[in-house]
Amino acid sequence: MKKEQQIDLYYQMVLIRRVEERGAELYQAGKIGGFMHLYIGQEAVSTGLIAAREPRDRVITAYRDHGVALNCGISANEVMAELLGKATGMSKGKGGSMHMADTSKNMWGGHAIVGGHLPIASGFAIGDQYAGNDNITICMFGDGATNIGYFHEALNIAKTWGLRVLWVCENNQYGMGTSVDRASAVTEIRQKAEGYGMKNGQVDGMDVLKVYDAAKEALEFVRTNSQPYLLEIDTYRFRGHSMGDPERYRKAEEVKKWQENDPIGIFNKYLLDKKIATRKTLDDIEAQVEEEVIKAVEFAEASPEPAPEELYTDIFAD
Amino acid sequence: MAKITMREAISQALMEEMDRDPAVFIMGEEVGVWGGTYAVTKGFFDKYGAKRVKDTPIAENAIIGGAIGAAMVGQRPVAELMTINFGFSAMDYIVNQAPKLHYMFGGQFKVPLVIRAVGGGGRQLGATHSQTPDAVFAHFPGLKVVSPGTPEDAKGLLKSAIRSDDPVLFLEHATMYQVRGEVPEGEYTIPIGKSKVQRVGKDVTIVTYCKGLELSMKAAEELSKEGIEVEVVDLRTLRPLDMEPVLESFKKTNRAVVVEEGWKSYGVGSEIVSRIYEEAFDYVDAPIIRVAQKEVPLPYNRTLEQAALPQVADIVAAVKEVLK
Ligand SMILES: Cc1ncc(C[n+]2csc(CCOP(=O)(O)OP(=O)(O)O)c2C)c(N)n1
Ligand SMILES: [Mg+2]
Repeated sequence: MKKEQQIDLYYQMVLIRRVEERGAELYQAGKIGGFMHLYIGQEAVSTGLIAAREPRDRVITAYRDHGVALNCGISANEVMAELLGKATGMSKGKGGSMHMADTSKNMWGGHAIVGGHLPIASGFAIGDQYAGNDNITICMFGDGATNIGYFHEALNIAKTWGLRVLWVCENNQYGMGTSVDRASAVTEIRQKAEGYGMKNGQVDGMDVLKVYDAAKEALEFVRTNSQPYLLEIDTYRFRGHSMGDPERYRKAEEVKKWQENDPIGIFNKYLLDKKIATRKTLDDIEAQVEEEVIKAVEFAEASPEPAPEELYTDIFAD
Repeated sequence: MAKITMREAISQALMEEMDRDPAVFIMGEEVGVWGGTYAVTKGFFDKYGAKRVKDTPIAENAIIGGAIGAAMVGQRPVAELMTINFGFSAMDYIVNQAPKLHYMFGGQFKVPLVIRAVGGGGRQLGATHSQTPDAVFAHFPGLKVVSPGTPEDAKGLLKSAIRSDDPVLFLEHATMYQVRGEVPEGEYTIPIGKSKVQRVGKDVTIVTYCKGLELSMKAAEELSKEGIEVEVVDLRTLRPLDMEPVLESFKKTNRAVVVEEGWKSYGVGSEIVSRIYEEAFDYVDAPIIRVAQKEVPLPYNRTLEQAALPQVADIVAAVKEVLK
């Protein structure tokens, strides 16, 4: 990968981290409401994955969607505005944290019913197959989502019908407070693809370049073979499931151990060690992101609330 | 009488029934180690252990279908849906299987199942997580649908639900767990299928339940200051529906407002108003008004969401309107 692109990946990961840290503060201050699920710790997953797609490939994910939105090219301004429920958010303040989408960026949404978006992802691929193009649908979901029927129905039809879907399981070890071994018959999620005769792989999600390489290979397979592929990406969320999670289900030492594997820290060290970037370059990126996030918050705070009539718009498309 | 919260009332009912009957157990997402998403089952896992407080995978069909099966072979599961919105993922089991099994096999099977689920808007959770779809579930014969509005009723009704040999959907409200109220000391139950007058008045009858009760009682206080005395009838159970106290009250006041949090169209209010017109038409002095949610999916934005939900002021205005 080119130097510039690697540095850009670093920028994207830092941007996600800072947007969310600021978001968490605004949540505590009561400016953001509802459920907000942070991606902190998992930044390398969507950053590496989405860097590997062609612009024509569609992305769909669950409610933990801020990082995915930013990686797809949605601006920090719009993400922040949606979090604050403003008219300038990409979902006009009607969706909130869990429902970010911008079809012009081929980001088809955060979706909040666990597993519910998987059959829809198959549907995107049905539509594209019908249209005769070779677009791929990249469908991201958690480990917990692989225990619900939706997952199994979606995988089965994808394999049977030869649908171009890259299934990406972000195994962050827990679905809310339930560890994978307490909820899933097999703890290696990729094994579930075997039952459907589906090609699969597994990669370390704390290393953005490894994720990128694995995703490239998987996408190549899907495109050339017209077959789905399941990629399990092992990762960890450093924060609670959502804001206000008492985290009684895991030990502080466990979290600390994973935090030593901070995907941003790992990549920072790599870029310096390999002399891909100088410390100054990386510091400048930090400063640039800082500035961008301050501006995003200003933009969001200064943006108008949705007009009262907005309550009644968008109910029907006609 | 002790004053406790709705959360404590539900929790006490579960504990008392688990202590009374070893066949009672709980299964659902995050009910155990986490302590319940709304902290209703906090401490249960330590007290009763993993056998009786089962953390399930995220698999609503396995939860409700599984609980139906366990109930059919003699256990008394209390299945928890993290929210009623996730019940749609298990709709077939809730409305198409549990309510049919006793009838369709000529009474051979019993399904002594309780499904506890929380619903309601007002927490900025967005359109798929904020619904009050009670009327949808109340549509199906064979399913008892209970939705209390006070801690006393919540405790007594949940105990009855657990002892019932039929499937019972027990609907709680996400913004009411801190509501406080008096509950009787010691053991008591409240029968399913009995409406109750929660406030006596002479001018207008308000028919409501659950969150609507909280709002209606506030409206009643405001109206009382202006010399208007409303009678508040709490349905408590949506199926089987007890119209007696409603009709009795209406025959006294001749005017009614029906309050529910769900959507107006095809809602609980539609049913109540029809029944009043069918059964007490001669007593009608003014058109009955329904106060309900605006006909929109609930938005995230706080101001818009509140604009869509029924408010105390809407009830006050409706009461004044029927008095015109
Ligand atoms: C059908 C359904 N059931 C339950 C929930 C509540 N819920 C939201 S997130 C979640 C955990 C999901 O875990 P996982 O799929 O591993 O994703 P992660 O949060 O770890 O990213 C649960 C149970 C839901 N949103 N939808
Ligand atoms: Mg997970």
